[in-house]
Amino acid sequence: MAQILVYLEHNNGQIKKTSLELLTAAKKSGLDFCAAALGKGAKELASTASAYGAKELLTSTADVFNTYNSEAYTQWFGQVIKAKKPQILLATANLTGKDLFPRVAGRVNGGVATDCTSLELSASSVKVRRPVYSAKASVEVEFQNCDVKIILMRPNALEIKNETSAASPATVSEVALEPIDLKTIVKDVVKGASSKVDLTEASIIVSGGRGMKGPENFKLLEDLASVLGASVGASRAVVDAGWVGHDMQVGQTGKTVSPNLYIACGISGAIQHLAGMSSSKVIVAINKDKDAPIFQKATYGIVGDALEILPLLTEEFKKLLH
Amino acid sequence: MNILVCLKQVPDTETKIKINSTLAAIESSGIKWVMNPYDEFAVEEALKLRDKLSDGSKVLVYTLGPKARAVEVLRTALAMGADDAVLIDAPENLDPNSVAKALSVALKKESDVGVVFTGKQAIDDDCSQVSQLLAEFLGFRHATVVIKCELGSDKNHFLVEREVEGGSKEIIQIQKPAVIGAQKGLNTPRYASLPGIMKAKKKEIKEIPLSSLGVSDTDKKINFKNFQLPPERPQAKIFEGDVAANSVQLVKLLREEAKVI
Ligand SMILES: Cc1cc2nc3c(=O)[nH]c(=O)nc-3n(C[C@H](O)[C@H](O)[C@H](O)COP(=O)(O)OP(=O)(O)OC[C@H]3O[C@@H](n4cnc5c(N)ncnc54)[C@H](O)[C@@H]3O)c2cc1C
Repeated sequence: MAQILVYLEHNNGQIKKTSLELLTAAKKSGLDFCAAALGKGAKELASTASAYGAKELLTSTADVFNTYNSEAYTQWFGQVIKAKKPQILLATANLTGKDLFPRVAGRVNGGVATDCTSLELSASSVKVRRPVYSAKASVEVEFQNCDVKIILMRPNALEIKNETSAASPATVSEVALEPIDLKTIVKDVVKGASSKVDLTEASIIVSGGRGMKGPENFKLLEDLASVLGASVGASRAVVDAGWVGHDMQVGQTGKTVSPNLYIACGISGAIQHLAGMSSSKVIVAINKDKDAPIFQKATYGIVGDALEILPLLTEEFKKLLH
Repeated sequence: MNILVCLKQVPDTETKIKINSTLAAIESSGIKWVMNPYDEFAVEEALKLRDKLSDGSKVLVYTLGPKARAVEVLRTALAMGADDAVLIDAPENLDPNSVAKALSVALKKESDVGVVFTGKQAIDDDCSQVSQLLAEFLGFRHATVVIKCELGSDKNHFLVEREVEGGSKEIIQIQKPAVIGAQKGLNTPRYASLPGIMKAKKKEIKEIPLSSLGVSDTDKKINFKNFQLPPERPQAKIFEGDVAANSVQLVKLLREEAKVI
């Protein structure tokens, strides 16, 4: 029995950065914990999990886990939670995590706090905060009447401490999925146009609005993004105009992002846009109107033409980083 | 079949949030209440499916909330074209588990339910939980963040497209009955027509008291406390004038002061 179960995500055995954030928090808590990982390559996470002090890595590498399937994943987590009885489950508040864990909670009498932005874990207490009302306020979440407290952390909310050598290796335990008649079948996964990190997990985002003047100028954002290793986002105005796909929209009816750096280019800063990015650590605004509301949320701003400024920034960052 | 939609009334996106003196909720006065934006997509999808089937299928909308205001969100859905509406009269701010439990008990009494549409999240508590919990309690399949939903030709499954990480899309086949959490992009919600609005005003709305659904205090799994407004951001450093010099300056500050590069 471990006190915490940490769900680790990976691409073919390559652990995701967000999962390192969770492992760092689990280690820091001083509590006993084990980790869980699923799908092809999951076992390769054992050494990383061990380095952070996980006692055990629970896995299944059955084919059904190679892509997310809500029924199979829910059942597997239900089995693991019933067997291991963790008091706390830590996972990432991404699209998969938010689809899966509320359902798992329903199965194992859990409580869930989604999109948490702060976490204090110790033997005596669990303290989490999360935004509400589109980040116009935040609350502390108190868990009640539940057997497991499920905490879904926003990407980039927790720091990472790199750990490489393990005191003792974690045991790798295969937990086979109990027989299930799946009524959900994943037919296909259509890869997005960009191979970049998803906006919700990106640590730097370069975002464009109507002030970019036309879809052809998004190239300027791509150029800057590729120098910074950033992902590209957009306002709803340009998504609705068909310049870019909806998966790039940041805001109330798009994605909620929390990068370390958000660069808003030609975006006015409507309340619905701010709802999706105001928890970014540093916000840079580039806008030709010095009274644009985005400047009130910004850390830094340049008043001027984004089409002129973007190439200048790209050049300057190139000098710095290459 | 019956096509169900679960709706929530939420403060309008422009609402200025003030925290009340107990720190346990926001100030409820002066709020303009609207249908949760994602729920508009849910209603539209239900209406589209009904019209496409045109086999006598009906769209039935449910909401849970304080009767005095929440009834309005049902009127809006009726005005858009829903056939019938049910209100579960309940106090403010029930937690997601209690809401899902209540809805599941009520929905189990409906016959021939093929699908339940919801929004992928409500923009007040932003929990993104009720849809999945409801599916679990009903024993239905579910999919959230859905941007395309089609009933298969055998009328026994849905072919659903949902957004996943990295701008990718997952195409899944789920057997009926299912709970579908709507994302923007699923469709373009219609406006209520004038005759629709007139008709909706006269329509009788069925009411169910929460107390009849067997929800108890122990169904509450999470409680919100210590509400806070976001911390004030320090005064921004805004540069005007020579854009070339300002760009150099900005890069320097991001590196040396903000330390994010
Ligand atoms: C229910 C609801 C949900 C919504 N959800 C979202 C959402 O999720 N995300 C979202 O973004 N919006 C959302 N909106 C829309 C939002 O209200 C705004 O309309 C939208 O964000 C505006 O996009 P924009 O800033 O690109 O365009 P605009 O408001 O038109 O602003 C363009 C800005 O570019 C500046 N500009 C022009 N030319 C240049 C130039 N050459 N260089 C630099 N700057 C220039 C202008 O000064 C202006 O500030 C929602 C609205 C509603 C009602």
